Amino acid sequence: MNRTLQAVWTFLDERFKIQALAKFAGKKSVPEHKHSFWYFFGGICLFLTALQVVTGILLLLYYTPSVDGAHESVQFIMSQVKFGWLIRSVHSWSANILIGALFIHMFSTFFLKAYRSPRELTWVTGFFLFVIFLAIGFSGYLLPWNELSYFATRVGTDIAGSLPLVGKALKTFILGGSSVSQATLTRFFWLHVAILPLAAGVLIGLHVVLVQILGMSTPLGLKDKQAREIPFFPDFVYKDVLGWVMILILVGVLCVFLPWEIGKKADPFAATPLGIKPEWYFTFMFTTLKLIPSHIFSLEGEKLAILGFLLGGTLWLLVPFLNRRASRGEPSPAFTVAGAIIFAYIVVMTILTYTLRGL
Amino acid sequence: MKIPAALTLFVFLLPGALLAQKNSCVDCHAKLEDELKAPAESFKLDVHQQFGLGCQDCHGGNPALDDQDKAKDKTFKGAPKRAQVPEFCARCHSDSAYIKAFNPRLRVDQLDLYKTSRHGELLKKGDTKVAVCTDCHGVHGIQTAKHPKSLTFPWNIPQTCGRCHADANLMKAYKIPTDQLAEYKQSVHAQALFEKKDMSAPACNSCHGNHGAAPPDVKSIAFVCRQCHPSAGELFSKSPHKKAFDETGFSECDACHGKHKILRPTDEMLGTGEGAVCIQCHEPGSKPFVAAGRMKELLADLSSEIEADQSLLGRAERKGVEVSDPKYRLQEIHTLLVSVRNLTHALDVVDIEKKVGEGKSLLVEVRTSGEAALREAKLRRTGLVVATVFLILFAFAFYLKIRQMRTRPRA
Repeated sequence: MNRTLQAVWTFLDERFKIQALAKFAGKKSVPEHKHSFWYFFGGICLFLTALQVVTGILLLLYYTPSVDGAHESVQFIMSQVKFGWLIRSVHSWSANILIGALFIHMFSTFFLKAYRSPRELTWVTGFFLFVIFLAIGFSGYLLPWNELSYFATRVGTDIAGSLPLVGKALKTFILGGSSVSQATLTRFFWLHVAILPLAAGVLIGLHVVLVQILGMSTPLGLKDKQAREIPFFPDFVYKDVLGWVMILILVGVLCVFLPWEIGKKADPFAATPLGIKPEWYFTFMFTTLKLIPSHIFSLEGEKLAILGFLLGGTLWLLVPFLNRRASRGEPSPAFTVAGAIIFAYIVVMTILTYTLRGL
Repeated sequence: MKIPAALTLFVFLLPGALLAQKNSCVDCHAKLEDELKAPAESFKLDVHQQFGLGCQDCHGGNPALDDQDKAKDKTFKGAPKRAQVPEFCARCHSDSAYIKAFNPRLRVDQLDLYKTSRHGELLKKGDTKVAVCTDCHGVHGIQTAKHPKSLTFPWNIPQTCGRCHADANLMKAYKIPTDQLAEYKQSVHAQALFEKKDMSAPACNSCHGNHGAAPPDVKSIAFVCRQCHPSAGELFSKSPHKKAFDETGFSECDACHGKHKILRPTDEMLGTGEGAVCIQCHEPGSKPFVAAGRMKELLADLSSEIEADQSLLGRAERKGVEVSDPKYRLQEIHTLLVSVRNLTHALDVVDIEKKVGEGKSLLVEVRTSGEAALREAKLRRTGLVVATVFLILFAFAFYLKIRQMRTRPRA
């Protein structure tokens, strides 16, 4: 038996160079310091993405992307398919936790200035990954074709439609027509299961390769004594796996005690329900648009806010190129303060969405 | 050339246009006080005004003239006396040729109907206290029944009728009760009209008629109720009650449900208990008394089983198990319960037993689903505990390993 196993191992090793890979992993080291905790969120994002892919593929076995069948198929998954409730709940809960982990990963990278030269492209790929995951979340929200998701999509696409110059065309392109319909569901499904995951896959590959080539950054200002190198394997990987297990327990508890709801089937002829809101990760933008005065210096408030978000997003993308002090290894408190204000703004606006009456 | 011509035309037409807009009736009445001022104020909102009619169309005269004496020319009729009001309004409203120019769908039989009403009959006898057109429709601020502020809009009708019929002093002479409005307000009909804002819910006119308003006599009460409740009426006609009621002269529906204070029917109305209406007529031990008890027992049985299964599904749902299908089936059984309640009008115990049996056999399926859902919830929790214990042990092992690695000497 041992001989057979040895033969199989040798066969595989000769072809896949497993020992060489293991040797490389054993040699590879990563920095460990007092901020190392935040570095595990990258791995958590990767783990949750893998969960998304596995559960998403399983959901595809029963999901029907049609106006007449989508809601019914989700109901079938939740009530009739063995462990269907678990697969769908894991998919929905882990998607939301993933977005949360992406926010944490992005802001921790920002505050630790890990984007500084030569890791600008790691930040840029990460930024686009964040945008893609938001788009995956937005497109996936509509797929169960329930009342909340239907009207939230309408609200979301109306916002896109109010963009100056390109708004109307963009809205028509997203919806596949003038309103949320079968065409919208088809293209959201197409985006959610094919185009966006493909784009995310390519970018994740690039992001991980860049991390491998450039290594993990050590935060500025840490003295030699405060940082040390630990082997990537097994030390760092073990810690990563520990984090994944904790996340898995959290997802399991949420799925059993709070299975993801199906909601009422969408009725395009019904009046928009009161207090309709998008998914939580869009609410800071949604609430800004709700609270902004209708006119600011004779300009339309809503359009101004959208342009503000576009400009803010562009600046956020260009942060590694704008913060030259960090690249030179010098402190850059202005960026830290700006990041703290943005973070506080997002948190406050999100809380206001769920606490302010009449929103 | 074109501009001087247009100017000439404007100057030429201006006095005529101003004259056409002039209304000396309104001008004078606006300067008066109280009830003489009221027409000038309230006519602005009157439906007749919206159709282009003016004071002269009802009262005659020439409002284009400033001089009061000249304005009140030989066509002037002034205000009609109360007894003349129905005929006064009917000059137009009974004239189909005239009315169709404004609203071809408007009926022209109001006066004929009014004459058949109790109000019309008494007016003919010289009683001028009875309601005439203006009492229900207003005088100069008349609105169509579709206008929410109209006295004849469904929500307002009970109050409009109640202005006279709830007035004890006014009704004293007619020796009729004045509690109809108060009773109606407690009824299931009023609940639908005022709380649910259901415009099709019956108000006074739905049962008593509009212009031909009269108290329905014993025989016609059943027909009045059947307008909205045909199924209950049909079942009642097949029941042994029909013959008995006809022979004794009892009015059908209101014997059990009442007249104006028609409450939401409950299962307690049936059977031999304290609130049961059956015991009003049937002696204990009699065959109908026993049948009433049996019908109540059957209804209570099905109803309590539905409630139990509702609670079962509720528990499963709260535990996160998807139970839309059995909930939908339970809803269908609830509809069956409603039809069984209706069947009690036919007093056919065998038929009720059959239907209740059908419902109970359907409930077995729902209960099975509910119990399976609860088992599923239990299984999920057990699975979670097992998986979590396994994962915690796994995590703990990793933690120990990581600690062990931390104590390793630095490379």
